[in-house]
Amino acid sequence: MTLHEILLDPFEQFGFMRRALVASIALACGSGPIGVFLMLRRLSLMGDALSHAILPGVAAGFLLAGFSLPIMTLGGFVAGLLVAVLSGVSARFTLLQEDAGFASFQSISLAVGVLIVAAKGGSVDLLHLLFGSVLAVDDAALLLAVGSASVSLVVVAVIYRPLVIQCFDPAYLRLSSHRGELWHLIFLALVVLVLVAGFQVLGSLMAVGLMMLPAIAARFWARQVWSLMLVAIVLAILSAIVGLLLSFHFRLPSGPAIVLVAGVIHVVSLVFGPRGGIWSRIRLNNRHYQEC
Amino acid sequence: MGTHCYETGNHHHQSRPRLIHTQSPLCLGGWTQAWSGGGTDRGVVAGGGVGVWLDMAVMSHGIHIDNLTLGYERHPAVHHLSGVFEAGSLTAVVGPNGAGKSTLLKGILGVLRPLSGEVRLDGIKAQQIAYLPQQAELEANFPLTVLDAVLMGHWRRSGAWRAMNGMLRRQALDALESVGLSGFASRVMSTLSGGQRQRVLFARLLVEDAPVILLDEPFMAIDTHTATDLLALIHRWHGMGRTIIAVLHDLEQVRSHFPCTLYLARRALVWGPTAMALTPEVMAQARSMSEAWNDHAFWCGKEAS
Repeated sequence: MTLHEILLDPFEQFGFMRRALVASIALACGSGPIGVFLMLRRLSLMGDALSHAILPGVAAGFLLAGFSLPIMTLGGFVAGLLVAVLSGVSARFTLLQEDAGFASFQSISLAVGVLIVAAKGGSVDLLHLLFGSVLAVDDAALLLAVGSASVSLVVVAVIYRPLVIQCFDPAYLRLSSHRGELWHLIFLALVVLVLVAGFQVLGSLMAVGLMMLPAIAARFWARQVWSLMLVAIVLAILSAIVGLLLSFHFRLPSGPAIVLVAGVIHVVSLVFGPRGGIWSRIRLNNRHYQEC
Repeated sequence: MGTHCYETGNHHHQSRPRLIHTQSPLCLGGWTQAWSGGGTDRGVVAGGGVGVWLDMAVMSHGIHIDNLTLGYERHPAVHHLSGVFEAGSLTAVVGPNGAGKSTLLKGILGVLRPLSGEVRLDGIKAQQIAYLPQQAELEANFPLTVLDAVLMGHWRRSGAWRAMNGMLRRQALDALESVGLSGFASRVMSTLSGGQRQRVLFARLLVEDAPVILLDEPFMAIDTHTATDLLALIHRWHGMGRTIIAVLHDLEQVRSHFPCTLYLARRALVWGPTAMALTPEVMAQARSMSEAWNDHAFWCGKEAS
Protein backbone atom coordinates (compact mmCIF):
# COMPACT_ATOMS: atom_id res chain seq x y z
CA MET A 1 0.00 0.00 0.00
CA THR A 2 1.52 3.30 -1.02
CA LEU A 3 1.31 6.48 0.96
CA HIS A 4 -0.93 7.86 -1.76
CA GLU A 5 -3.35 5.00 -1.32
CA ILE A 6 -3.42 5.46 2.42
CA LEU A 7 -3.75 9.23 2.59
CA LEU A 8 -5.38 10.44 -0.60
CA ASP A 9 -7.30 7.64 -2.25
CA PRO A 10 -10.17 7.60 0.24
CA PHE A 11 -10.88 11.24 -0.43
CA GLU A 12 -10.26 11.06 -4.19
CA GLN A 13 -12.53 8.10 -4.74
CA PHE A 14 -15.42 8.64 -2.38
CA GLY A 15 -17.66 11.69 -2.32
CA PHE A 16 -18.92 10.96 1.18
CA MET A 17 -15.34 11.08 2.49
CA ARG A 18 -14.79 14.47 0.91
CA ARG A 19 -17.99 15.78 2.44
CA ALA A 20 -17.07 14.33 5.80
CA LEU A 21 -13.64 15.93 5.53
CA VAL A 22 -14.96 19.39 4.71
CA ALA A 23 -17.65 19.19 7.39
CA SER A 24 -15.25 18.14 10.13
CA ILE A 25 -12.62 20.72 9.13
CA ALA A 26 -15.34 23.37 9.32
CA LEU A 27 -16.37 22.12 12.74
CA ALA A 28 -12.74 22.15 13.84
CA CYS A 29 -12.41 25.81 12.81
CA GLY A 30 -15.68 26.81 14.41
CA SER A 31 -15.32 25.00 17.70
CA GLY A 32 -11.59 25.48 18.40
CA PRO A 33 -11.83 29.12 19.57
CA ILE A 34 -15.01 28.37 21.51
CA GLY A 35 -13.29 25.50 23.27
CA VAL A 36 -10.36 27.77 24.20
CA PHE A 37 -12.68 30.30 25.81
CA LEU A 38 -14.60 27.58 27.65
CA MET A 39 -11.34 26.21 29.04
CA LEU A 40 -10.02 29.65 30.01
CA ARG A 41 -13.23 30.42 31.86
CA ARG A 42 -13.03 27.09 33.68
CA LEU A 43 -16.20 26.04 31.96
CA SER A 44 -14.62 23.04 30.24
CA LEU A 45 -17.41 20.78 31.45
CA MET A 46 -20.13 23.16 30.33
CA GLY A 47 -19.84 22.02 26.72
CA ASP A 48 -20.59 18.53 27.96
CA ALA A 49 -23.63 19.75 29.84
CA LEU A 50 -24.91 21.69 26.84
CA SER A 51 -24.43 18.74 24.53
CA HIS A 52 -26.81 16.78 26.74
CA ALA A 53 -29.13 19.71 26.89
CA ILE A 54 -29.71 19.90 23.14
CA LEU A 55 -30.95 16.30 22.98
CA PRO A 56 -34.64 16.87 23.85
CA GLY A 57 -34.88 19.61 21.24
CA VAL A 58 -33.44 17.36 18.59
CA ALA A 59 -35.70 14.53 19.72
CA ALA A 60 -38.76 16.76 19.73
CA GLY A 61 -37.89 17.88 16.20
CA PHE A 62 -37.57 14.24 15.23
CA LEU A 63 -40.95 13.50 16.82
CA LEU A 64 -42.63 16.32 14.91
CA ALA A 65 -41.05 16.11 11.51
CA GLY A 66 -39.27 12.79 11.27
CA PHE A 67 -35.64 12.79 10.15
CA SER A 68 -35.59 16.41 9.04
CA LEU A 69 -32.29 18.12 9.66
CA PRO A 70 -33.48 21.74 9.78
CA ILE A 71 -36.26 21.00 12.28
CA MET A 72 -34.06 18.82 14.48
CA THR A 73 -31.29 21.42 14.40
CA LEU A 74 -33.66 24.20 15.29
CA GLY A 75 -35.09 22.12 18.13
CA GLY A 76 -31.62 21.38 19.46
CA PHE A 77 -30.58 25.01 19.25
CA VAL A 78 -33.67 26.18 21.12
CA ALA A 79 -33.32 23.53 23.83
CA GLY A 80 -29.62 24.26 24.33
CA LEU A 81 -30.19 27.99 24.49
CA LEU A 82 -33.06 27.51 26.93
CA VAL A 83 -30.87 25.53 29.32
CA ALA A 84 -28.07 28.09 28.99
CA VAL A 85 -30.37 31.01 29.66
CA LEU A 86 -32.15 29.28 32.55
CA SER A 87 -28.78 28.49 34.16
CA GLY A 88 -27.63 32.05 33.65
CA VAL A 89 -30.83 33.47 35.07
CA SER A 90 -30.80 31.17 38.08
CA ALA A 91 -27.20 32.21 38.76
CA ARG A 92 -28.07 35.87 38.39
CA PHE A 93 -31.14 35.93 40.59
CA THR A 94 -30.56 33.21 43.17
CA LEU A 95 -27.65 32.14 45.33
CA LEU A 96 -26.77 29.29 42.93
CA GLN A 97 -23.56 29.37 40.91
CA GLU A 98 -23.88 28.98 37.18
CA ASP A 99 -22.41 25.47 37.11
CA ALA A 100 -25.05 24.26 39.56
CA GLY A 101 -27.69 25.65 37.23
CA PHE A 102 -26.15 23.84 34.28
CA ALA A 103 -25.91 20.57 36.18
CA SER A 104 -29.57 20.65 37.15
CA PHE A 105 -31.11 21.90 33.92
CA GLN A 106 -29.08 19.64 31.67
CA SER A 107 -30.15 16.59 33.70
CA ILE A 108 -33.78 17.58 33.34
CA SER A 109 -33.27 18.26 29.67
CA LEU A 110 -31.51 14.96 29.03
CA ALA A 111 -34.21 12.99 30.82
CA VAL A 112 -36.90 14.69 28.75
CA GLY A 113 -34.93 13.96 25.59
CA VAL A 114 -34.49 10.26 26.36
CA LEU A 115 -38.20 9.97 27.19
CA ILE A 116 -39.16 11.52 23.86
CA VAL A 117 -36.84 9.25 21.91
CA ALA A 118 -38.01 6.18 23.84
CA ALA A 119 -41.64 7.07 23.22
CA LYS A 120 -41.21 7.37 19.46
CA GLY A 121 -38.13 5.86 17.96
CA GLY A 122 -35.99 2.84 18.70
CA SER A 123 -32.57 2.76 20.33
CA VAL A 124 -30.85 2.96 16.95
CA ASP A 125 -32.09 6.53 16.52
CA LEU A 126 -30.88 7.46 19.94
CA LEU A 127 -27.41 6.16 19.16
CA HIS A 128 -27.41 8.11 15.95
CA LEU A 129 -28.33 11.33 17.73
CA LEU A 130 -25.71 10.82 20.41
CA PHE A 131 -22.84 9.70 18.21
CA GLY A 132 -23.70 10.93 14.73
CA SER A 133 -22.62 9.43 11.44
CA VAL A 134 -19.94 11.43 9.78
CA LEU A 135 -20.03 9.19 6.72
CA ALA A 136 -23.65 10.05 5.91
CA VAL A 137 -23.25 13.82 5.69
CA ASP A 138 -25.60 15.21 3.07
CA ASP A 139 -25.58 18.66 1.49
CA ALA A 140 -27.82 20.14 4.18
CA ALA A 141 -25.60 18.89 7.00
CA LEU A 142 -22.54 20.15 5.18
CA LEU A 143 -24.04 23.59 4.72
CA LEU A 144 -25.10 23.69 8.34
CA ALA A 145 -21.64 22.76 9.59
CA VAL A 146 -19.83 25.23 7.35
CA GLY A 147 -22.38 27.97 7.95
CA SER A 148 -22.30 27.75 11.72
CA ALA A 149 -18.53 27.47 11.76
CA SER A 150 -18.34 30.72 9.79
CA VAL A 151 -20.82 32.45 12.07
CA SER A 152 -18.91 31.23 15.10
CA LEU A 153 -15.56 32.48 13.79
CA VAL A 154 -16.91 35.89 12.82
CA VAL A 155 -18.79 36.45 16.07
CA VAL A 156 -15.83 35.35 18.18
CA ALA A 157 -13.72 37.90 16.31
CA VAL A 158 -16.30 40.62 16.94
CA ILE A 159 -16.68 40.00 20.68
CA TYR A 160 -13.10 38.89 21.27
CA ARG A 161 -12.10 41.79 23.51
CA PRO A 162 -15.01 41.63 25.97
CA LEU A 163 -14.67 37.85 26.10
CA VAL A 164 -11.00 38.08 27.03
CA ILE A 165 -11.72 40.70 29.70
CA GLN A 166 -14.55 38.60 31.06
CA CYS A 167 -12.24 35.60 31.33
CA PHE A 168 -9.42 37.49 32.96
CA ASP A 169 -11.24 39.85 35.29
CA PRO A 170 -15.00 39.25 35.26
CA ALA A 171 -15.70 41.82 37.97
CA TYR A 172 -14.00 44.54 35.92
CA LEU A 173 -16.26 43.96 32.94
CA ARG A 174 -19.32 43.77 35.18
CA LEU A 175 -18.54 47.15 36.70
CA SER A 176 -17.46 49.04 33.63
CA SER A 177 -19.96 47.75 31.12
CA HIS A 178 -23.67 47.36 31.45
CA ARG A 179 -23.55 44.82 28.64
CA GLY A 180 -21.52 42.21 30.51
CA GLU A 181 -24.42 39.76 30.53
CA LEU A 182 -24.98 40.30 26.83
CA TRP A 183 -21.48 39.18 25.84
CA HIS A 184 -21.86 36.10 27.97
CA LEU A 185 -25.21 35.26 26.40
CA ILE A 186 -23.86 35.68 22.88
CA PHE A 187 -21.00 33.39 23.80
CA LEU A 188 -23.34 30.73 25.19
CA ALA A 189 -25.42 30.93 22.01
CA LEU A 190 -22.23 30.27 20.03
CA VAL A 191 -21.43 27.21 22.13
CA VAL A 192 -24.91 25.84 21.45
CA LEU A 193 -24.69 26.69 17.75
CA VAL A 194 -21.40 24.86 17.25
CA LEU A 195 -22.59 21.84 19.22
CA VAL A 196 -25.82 21.64 17.24
CA ALA A 197 -23.92 21.96 13.98
CA GLY A 198 -21.76 19.07 15.06
CA PHE A 199 -24.50 16.72 16.16
CA GLN A 200 -25.33 15.46 12.67
CA VAL A 201 -21.71 14.96 11.76
CA LEU A 202 -20.19 13.74 15.00
CA GLY A 203 -23.16 13.27 17.30
CA SER A 204 -23.85 15.61 20.16
CA LEU A 205 -21.56 13.76 22.57
CA MET A 206 -18.60 13.52 20.21
CA ALA A 207 -18.86 17.16 19.09
CA VAL A 208 -17.79 18.17 22.58
CA GLY A 209 -14.67 16.06 22.23
CA LEU A 210 -13.61 17.85 19.06
CA MET A 211 -14.31 21.17 20.80
CA MET A 212 -12.50 20.63 24.08
CA LEU A 213 -9.63 18.18 23.51
CA PRO A 214 -7.65 20.27 20.99
CA ALA A 215 -8.35 23.45 22.98
CA ILE A 216 -6.99 21.93 26.18
CA ALA A 217 -4.03 20.33 24.39
CA ALA A 218 -3.20 23.76 22.91
CA ARG A 219 -2.46 24.97 26.43
CA PHE A 220 0.81 23.01 26.30
CA TRP A 221 1.98 24.65 23.09
CA ALA A 222 0.90 28.29 23.14
CA ARG A 223 0.80 31.07 25.70
CA GLN A 224 -1.51 33.74 24.38
CA VAL A 225 -5.20 33.64 23.69
CA TRP A 226 -4.97 34.08 19.93
CA SER A 227 -2.15 31.55 19.53
CA LEU A 228 -4.05 29.07 21.70
CA MET A 229 -6.95 29.35 19.27
CA LEU A 230 -4.72 28.86 16.27
CA VAL A 231 -3.08 25.78 17.76
CA ALA A 232 -6.48 24.40 18.81
CA ILE A 233 -7.81 24.72 15.28
CA VAL A 234 -4.74 23.08 13.75
CA LEU A 235 -4.86 20.19 16.21
CA ALA A 236 -8.60 19.73 15.62
CA ILE A 237 -8.13 19.63 11.84
CA LEU A 238 -5.32 17.13 12.26
CA SER A 239 -7.57 14.94 14.44
CA ALA A 240 -10.35 15.15 11.87
CA ILE A 241 -8.14 14.06 8.96
CA VAL A 242 -6.39 11.25 10.79
CA GLY A 243 -9.62 10.12 12.44
CA LEU A 244 -11.46 9.94 9.15
CA LEU A 245 -8.66 7.94 7.54
CA LEU A 246 -8.56 5.52 10.45
CA SER A 247 -12.30 5.07 10.32
CA PHE A 248 -12.10 4.42 6.58
CA HIS A 249 -9.28 1.89 6.64
CA PHE A 250 -10.32 0.05 9.78
CA ARG A 251 -14.10 0.40 9.41
CA LEU A 252 -14.49 2.27 12.69
CA PRO A 253 -17.33 4.63 13.54
CA SER A 254 -15.97 8.00 12.47
CA GLY A 255 -17.04 10.23 15.38
CA PRO A 256 -15.26 8.27 18.10
CA ALA A 257 -12.27 7.73 15.79
CA ILE A 258 -11.83 11.50 15.35
CA VAL A 259 -12.23 12.20 19.04
CA LEU A 260 -9.84 9.40 19.98
CA VAL A 261 -7.17 10.85 17.72
CA ALA A 262 -7.74 14.19 19.44
CA GLY A 263 -7.38 12.30 22.71
CA VAL A 264 -4.04 10.83 21.65
CA ILE A 265 -2.85 14.31 20.64
CA HIS A 266 -3.96 15.55 24.03
CA VAL A 267 -2.01 12.88 25.93
CA VAL A 268 1.08 13.50 23.79
CA SER A 269 0.81 17.23 24.54
CA LEU A 270 0.35 16.50 28.21
CA VAL A 271 3.61 14.59 28.27
CA PHE A 272 5.76 16.41 25.70
CA GLY A 273 4.23 19.88 25.51
CA PRO A 274 6.93 22.53 25.95
CA ARG A 275 4.77 24.79 28.14
CA GLY A 276 4.27 22.94 31.35
CA GLY A 277 4.08 19.44 29.97
CA ILE A 278 5.34 16.61 32.20
CA TRP A 279 8.56 16.09 30.24
CA SER A 280 9.47 19.78 30.16
CA ARG A 281 8.96 19.96 33.92
CA ILE A 282 11.24 16.98 34.53
CA ARG A 283 13.88 18.14 32.09
CA LEU A 284 14.00 21.70 33.41
CA ASN A 285 13.69 20.64 36.99
CA ASN A 286 17.16 21.68 38.07
CA ARG A 287 17.82 24.37 35.53
CA HIS A 288 16.99 28.01 35.88
CA TYR A 289 18.09 31.38 34.64
CA GLN A 290 20.63 33.62 36.29
CA GLU A 291 19.35 36.26 38.64
CA CYS A 292 19.38 39.65 37.00
CA MET B 1 -17.76 74.88 48.54
CA GLY B 2 -14.83 72.89 49.72
CA THR B 3 -14.52 74.27 53.18
CA HIS B 4 -15.29 71.06 54.98
CA CYS B 5 -15.00 67.58 53.65
CA TYR B 6 -18.07 66.05 55.22
CA GLU B 7 -21.53 66.80 56.26
CA THR B 8 -23.19 64.50 58.62
CA GLY B 9 -26.88 64.09 59.01
CA ASN B 10 -27.08 61.54 61.77
CA HIS B 11 -29.18 63.82 63.89
CA HIS B 12 -31.41 61.10 65.20
CA HIS B 13 -28.59 58.86 66.23
CA GLN B 14 -28.30 57.92 69.85
CA SER B 15 -24.55 58.05 70.02
CA ARG B 16 -23.96 60.97 67.73
CA PRO B 17 -20.84 61.14 65.65
CA ARG B 18 -18.39 63.85 66.46
CA LEU B 19 -19.08 66.85 64.31
CA ILE B 20 -15.93 68.60 63.32
CA HIS B 21 -16.39 71.81 61.45
CA THR B 22 -13.39 73.36 59.94
CA GLN B 23 -12.95 76.46 57.96
CA SER B 24 -9.69 75.40 56.41
CA PRO B 25 -9.70 73.24 53.30
CA LEU B 26 -7.88 70.44 55.06
CA CYS B 27 -9.26 67.65 52.97
CA LEU B 28 -8.86 69.17 49.57
CA GLY B 29 -5.84 69.57 47.38
CA GLY B 30 -4.70 72.93 46.14
CA TRP B 31 -5.68 72.15 42.61
CA THR B 32 -9.33 71.68 43.37
CA GLN B 33 -9.31 74.87 45.33
CA ALA B 34 -7.91 76.73 42.38
CA TRP B 35 -10.46 75.17 40.12
CA SER B 36 -13.51 75.69 42.20
CA GLY B 37 -12.47 79.28 42.77
CA GLY B 38 -11.42 80.13 39.25
CA GLY B 39 -13.92 80.61 36.48
CA THR B 40 -11.96 78.92 33.70
CA ASP B 41 -13.68 76.25 31.71
CA ARG B 42 -10.82 73.84 31.41
CA GLY B 43 -7.80 73.03 33.46
CA VAL B 44 -4.67 71.36 32.26
CA VAL B 45 -2.73 69.18 34.57
CA ALA B 46 0.71 67.81 33.98
CA GLY B 47 0.70 64.14 34.83
CA GLY B 48 3.59 61.82 34.06
CA GLY B 49 4.92 64.10 31.39
CA VAL B 50 1.68 63.91 29.43
CA GLY B 51 -0.68 66.83 29.64
CA VAL B 52 -4.11 65.63 30.64
CA TRP B 53 -7.12 67.72 29.84
CA LEU B 54 -10.00 67.53 32.22
CA ASP B 55 -13.28 69.14 31.40
CA MET B 56 -14.39 71.51 34.11
CA ALA B 57 -17.95 70.48 33.32
CA VAL B 58 -17.20 67.03 34.65
CA MET B 59 -14.96 68.17 37.45
CA SER B 60 -17.54 68.32 40.21
CA HIS B 61 -17.66 64.67 41.07
CA GLY B 62 -18.91 64.78 44.60
CA ILE B 63 -20.45 61.67 46.08
CA HIS B 64 -23.41 62.32 48.34
CA ILE B 65 -24.33 59.66 50.86
CA ASP B 66 -27.82 60.24 52.13
CA ASN B 67 -29.01 58.25 55.16
CA LEU B 68 -27.57 55.16 53.49
CA THR B 69 -28.09 51.68 54.88
CA LEU B 70 -26.39 48.79 53.11
CA GLY B 71 -26.36 45.20 54.21
CA TYR B 72 -26.68 41.54 53.60
CA GLU B 73 -29.89 39.57 54.18
CA ARG B 74 -31.39 42.78 55.60
CA HIS B 75 -28.77 42.99 58.38
CA PRO B 76 -27.09 46.36 58.07
CA ALA B 77 -23.33 46.52 57.40
CA VAL B 78 -23.43 50.28 56.85
CA HIS B 79 -26.12 51.87 58.96
CA HIS B 80 -27.77 55.26 58.34
CA LEU B 81 -24.66 56.89 56.94
CA SER B 82 -24.86 60.45 55.67
CA GLY B 83 -22.20 62.75 54.32
CA VAL B 84 -20.32 63.92 51.26
CA PHE B 85 -17.12 62.87 49.58
CA GLU B 86 -16.33 66.25 48.10
CA ALA B 87 -15.07 66.50 44.55
CA GLY B 88 -11.30 66.30 44.54
CA SER B 89 -11.06 65.03 48.10
CA LEU B 90 -8.67 62.31 49.21
CA THR B 91 -10.36 60.25 51.88
CA ALA B 92 -9.23 57.22 53.85
CA VAL B 93 -11.93 54.90 55.12
CA VAL B 94 -10.78 53.11 58.25
CA GLY B 95 -12.43 50.95 60.86
CA PRO B 96 -12.41 47.45 62.34
CA ASN B 97 -13.20 44.29 60.36
CA GLY B 98 -16.85 44.07 59.54
CA ALA B 99 -17.28 47.82 59.86
CA GLY B 100 -18.77 48.05 56.38
CA LYS B 101 -15.83 49.65 54.57
CA SER B 102 -15.86 47.44 51.49
CA THR B 103 -19.63 47.39 51.62
CA LEU B 104 -19.70 51.17 51.40
CA LEU B 105 -17.52 51.10 48.27
CA LYS B 106 -19.82 48.53 46.70
CA GLY B 107 -22.76 50.75 47.56
CA ILE B 108 -21.12 53.72 45.84
CA LEU B 109 -20.44 51.58 42.77
CA GLY B 110 -24.06 50.53 42.72
CA VAL B 111 -23.19 46.84 42.94
CA LEU B 112 -25.08 46.57 46.19
CA ARG B 113 -28.61 47.94 46.36
CA PRO B 114 -29.23 50.14 49.40
CA LEU B 115 -31.62 48.73 51.98
CA SER B 116 -32.63 52.34 52.50
CA GLY B 117 -31.29 55.80 51.71
CA GLU B 118 -29.32 56.58 48.59
CA VAL B 119 -25.99 57.40 46.99
CA ARG B 120 -26.03 60.37 44.63
CA LEU B 121 -23.23 60.82 42.15
CA ASP B 122 -22.53 64.29 40.75
CA GLY B 123 -21.91 64.36 37.03
CA ILE B 124 -20.65 60.82 36.74
CA LYS B 125 -22.15 57.40 36.15
CA ALA B 126 -21.32 54.52 38.44
CA GLN B 127 -19.76 52.73 35.46
CA GLN B 128 -17.19 55.49 35.09
CA ILE B 129 -15.81 55.03 38.59
CA ALA B 130 -12.50 53.22 38.67
CA TYR B 131 -12.38 50.54 41.34
CA LEU B 132 -9.63 48.36 42.74
CA PRO B 133 -11.28 45.51 44.65
CA GLN B 134 -9.81 44.07 47.83
CA GLN B 135 -8.77 40.88 46.14
CA ALA B 136 -9.24 41.20 42.42
CA GLU B 137 -10.70 37.91 41.27
CA LEU B 138 -8.12 37.71 38.51
CA GLU B 139 -7.74 34.44 36.70
CA ALA B 140 -4.20 33.74 37.90
CA ASN B 141 -3.15 31.43 35.08
CA PHE B 142 -4.75 33.39 32.30
CA PRO B 143 -2.52 33.64 29.23
CA LEU B 144 -2.41 37.42 29.03
CA THR B 145 0.56 39.76 28.72
CA VAL B 146 1.07 42.60 31.18
CA LEU B 147 0.62 45.13 28.39
CA ASP B 148 -2.74 43.65 27.40
CA ALA B 149 -3.88 43.72 31.02
CA VAL B 150 -3.03 47.42 31.23
CA LEU B 151 -4.61 48.18 27.86
CA MET B 152 -7.82 46.82 29.34
CA GLY B 153 -8.04 50.16 31.15
CA HIS B 154 -9.05 51.79 27.86
CA TRP B 155 -12.19 49.66 27.76
CA ARG B 156 -14.68 52.36 28.71
CA ARG B 157 -13.54 54.55 25.84
CA SER B 158 -12.50 51.94 23.31
CA GLY B 159 -15.34 49.48 23.83
CA ALA B 160 -15.24 46.17 22.06
CA TRP B 161 -14.07 47.30 18.67
CA ARG B 162 -11.97 50.46 18.58
CA ALA B 163 -8.40 49.74 17.58
CA MET B 164 -5.63 49.96 20.16
CA ASN B 165 -3.58 52.47 18.25
CA GLY B 166 -0.09 53.72 18.96
CA MET B 167 -1.25 56.47 21.30
CA LEU B 168 -3.28 54.15 23.50
CA ARG B 169 -0.38 51.73 23.56
CA ARG B 170 1.99 54.54 24.49
CA GLN B 171 -0.27 55.54 27.37
CA ALA B 172 -0.27 51.96 28.64
CA LEU B 173 3.53 51.77 28.41
CA ASP B 174 3.83 55.11 30.20
CA ALA B 175 1.54 53.81 32.91
CA LEU B 176 3.70 50.72 33.30
CA GLU B 177 6.73 52.95 33.62
CA SER B 178 5.12 55.08 36.32
CA VAL B 179 4.42 52.02 38.43
CA GLY B 180 8.01 50.84 37.96
CA LEU B 181 7.34 47.94 35.61
CA SER B 182 9.07 49.25 32.47
CA GLY B 183 10.46 45.97 31.17
CA PHE B 184 7.42 43.91 31.93
CA ALA B 185 5.15 44.67 28.97
CA SER B 186 5.45 41.31 27.27
CA ARG B 187 5.64 39.20 30.42
CA VAL B 188 2.70 36.91 31.08
CA MET B 189 0.52 37.84 34.04
CA SER B 190 0.88 34.43 35.69
CA THR B 191 4.62 34.98 36.17
CA LEU B 192 4.18 38.09 38.33
CA SER B 193 4.38 38.29 42.09
CA GLY B 194 1.51 39.60 44.17
CA GLY B 195 3.05 43.04 44.52
CA GLN B 196 3.83 43.25 40.82
CA ARG B 197 0.27 42.25 39.99
CA GLN B 198 -0.96 45.06 42.23
CA ARG B 199 1.31 47.48 40.35
CA VAL B 200 -0.19 46.29 37.08
CA LEU B 201 -3.66 46.97 38.43
CA PHE B 202 -2.54 50.47 39.42
CA ALA B 203 -1.20 50.96 35.91
CA ARG B 204 -4.60 49.95 34.60
CA LEU B 205 -6.21 52.51 36.91
CA LEU B 206 -3.82 55.12 35.47
CA VAL B 207 -4.93 54.26 31.97
CA GLU B 208 -8.59 54.32 32.96
CA ASP B 209 -8.17 58.01 33.69
CA ALA B 210 -11.35 58.07 35.79
CA PRO B 211 -12.40 61.16 37.76
CA VAL B 212 -13.37 59.06 40.79
CA ILE B 213 -11.19 56.23 42.09
CA LEU B 214 -12.12 53.73 44.80
CA LEU B 215 -9.37 51.58 46.31
CA ASP B 216 -10.16 48.71 48.65
CA GLU B 217 -7.11 47.91 50.79
CA PRO B 218 -4.71 48.59 47.92
CA PHE B 219 -1.61 47.90 50.00
CA MET B 220 -2.58 44.61 51.55
CA ALA B 221 0.34 42.17 51.31
CA ILE B 222 2.47 44.81 49.60
CA ASP B 223 5.97 45.70 50.79
CA THR B 224 6.61 49.22 52.06
CA HIS B 225 8.76 50.12 49.08
CA THR B 226 5.97 49.27 46.63
CA ALA B 227 3.40 50.93 48.88
CA THR B 228 5.44 54.14 48.87
CA ASP B 229 5.55 54.17 45.08
CA LEU B 230 1.83 53.56 44.82
CA LEU B 231 1.08 56.22 47.45
CA ALA B 232 3.02 58.70 45.31
CA LEU B 233 0.69 57.80 42.44
CA ILE B 234 -2.32 58.42 44.63
CA HIS B 235 -0.93 61.84 45.49
CA ARG B 236 -0.49 62.57 41.82
CA TRP B 237 -4.10 61.67 41.15
CA HIS B 238 -5.13 63.89 44.03
CA GLY B 239 -3.11 66.71 42.58
CA MET B 240 -4.99 66.28 39.32
CA GLY B 241 -8.26 66.91 41.10
CA ARG B 242 -9.58 63.38 41.15
CA THR B 243 -11.83 62.18 43.93
CA ILE B 244 -10.19 59.28 45.73
CA ILE B 245 -11.57 57.02 48.44
CA ALA B 246 -9.28 54.33 49.87
CA VAL B 247 -10.04 51.69 52.47
CA LEU B 248 -6.93 51.35 54.61
CA HIS B 249 -5.71 49.66 57.79
CA ASP B 250 -2.34 51.27 58.36
CA LEU B 251 -3.22 54.31 60.46
CA GLU B 252 0.30 55.76 60.17
CA GLN B 253 -0.12 55.74 56.43
CA VAL B 254 -3.48 57.47 56.78
CA ARG B 255 -2.03 60.11 59.08
CA SER B 256 0.78 61.02 56.78
CA HIS B 257 -0.93 60.78 53.41
CA PHE B 258 -4.67 61.26 53.67
CA PRO B 259 -6.12 64.67 54.51
CA CYS B 260 -9.58 63.32 55.20
CA THR B 261 -10.78 60.26 57.10
CA LEU B 262 -14.06 58.45 57.50
CA TYR B 263 -13.90 56.31 60.62
CA LEU B 264 -16.53 53.69 60.00
CA ALA B 265 -18.06 51.25 62.44
CA ARG B 266 -21.22 50.54 60.47
CA ARG B 267 -22.10 54.16 61.17
CA ALA B 268 -19.66 57.04 60.92
CA LEU B 269 -17.78 57.53 64.18
CA VAL B 270 -16.04 60.49 62.63
CA TRP B 271 -16.00 61.91 59.14
CA GLY B 272 -13.58 64.78 58.93
CA PRO B 273 -9.97 65.90 58.82
CA THR B 274 -7.66 63.02 59.61
CA ALA B 275 -6.00 64.68 62.60
CA MET B 276 -9.31 64.88 64.40
CA ALA B 277 -10.56 61.47 63.29
CA LEU B 278 -7.69 59.34 64.52
CA THR B 279 -7.81 60.15 68.21
CA PRO B 280 -7.50 57.59 71.02
CA GLU B 281 -11.14 58.10 72.03
CA VAL B 282 -12.47 57.38 68.56
CA MET B 283 -10.28 54.31 68.29
CA ALA B 284 -11.49 53.02 71.62
CA GLN B 285 -15.05 53.58 70.52
CA ALA B 286 -14.38 51.62 67.32
CA ARG B 287 -12.97 48.69 69.26
CA SER B 288 -16.15 48.38 71.24
CA MET B 289 -18.21 47.99 68.08
CA SER B 290 -20.01 44.73 68.22
CA GLU B 291 -19.49 42.37 65.32
CA ALA B 292 -22.32 40.19 66.54
CA TRP B 293 -24.83 38.96 64.01
CA ASN B 294 -28.14 38.52 65.72
CA ASP B 295 -30.56 36.40 63.72
CA HIS B 296 -33.42 37.67 65.79
CA ALA B 297 -32.58 41.35 65.66
CA PHE B 298 -35.51 43.71 65.77
CA TRP B 299 -36.34 45.83 62.74
CA CYS B 300 -34.60 49.17 62.84
CA GLY B 301 -37.26 51.77 63.47
CA LYS B 302 -35.44 54.78 62.15
CA GLU B 303 -37.35 55.05 58.93
CA ALA B 304 -40.53 55.36 60.92
CA SER B 305 -39.30 58.07 63.25
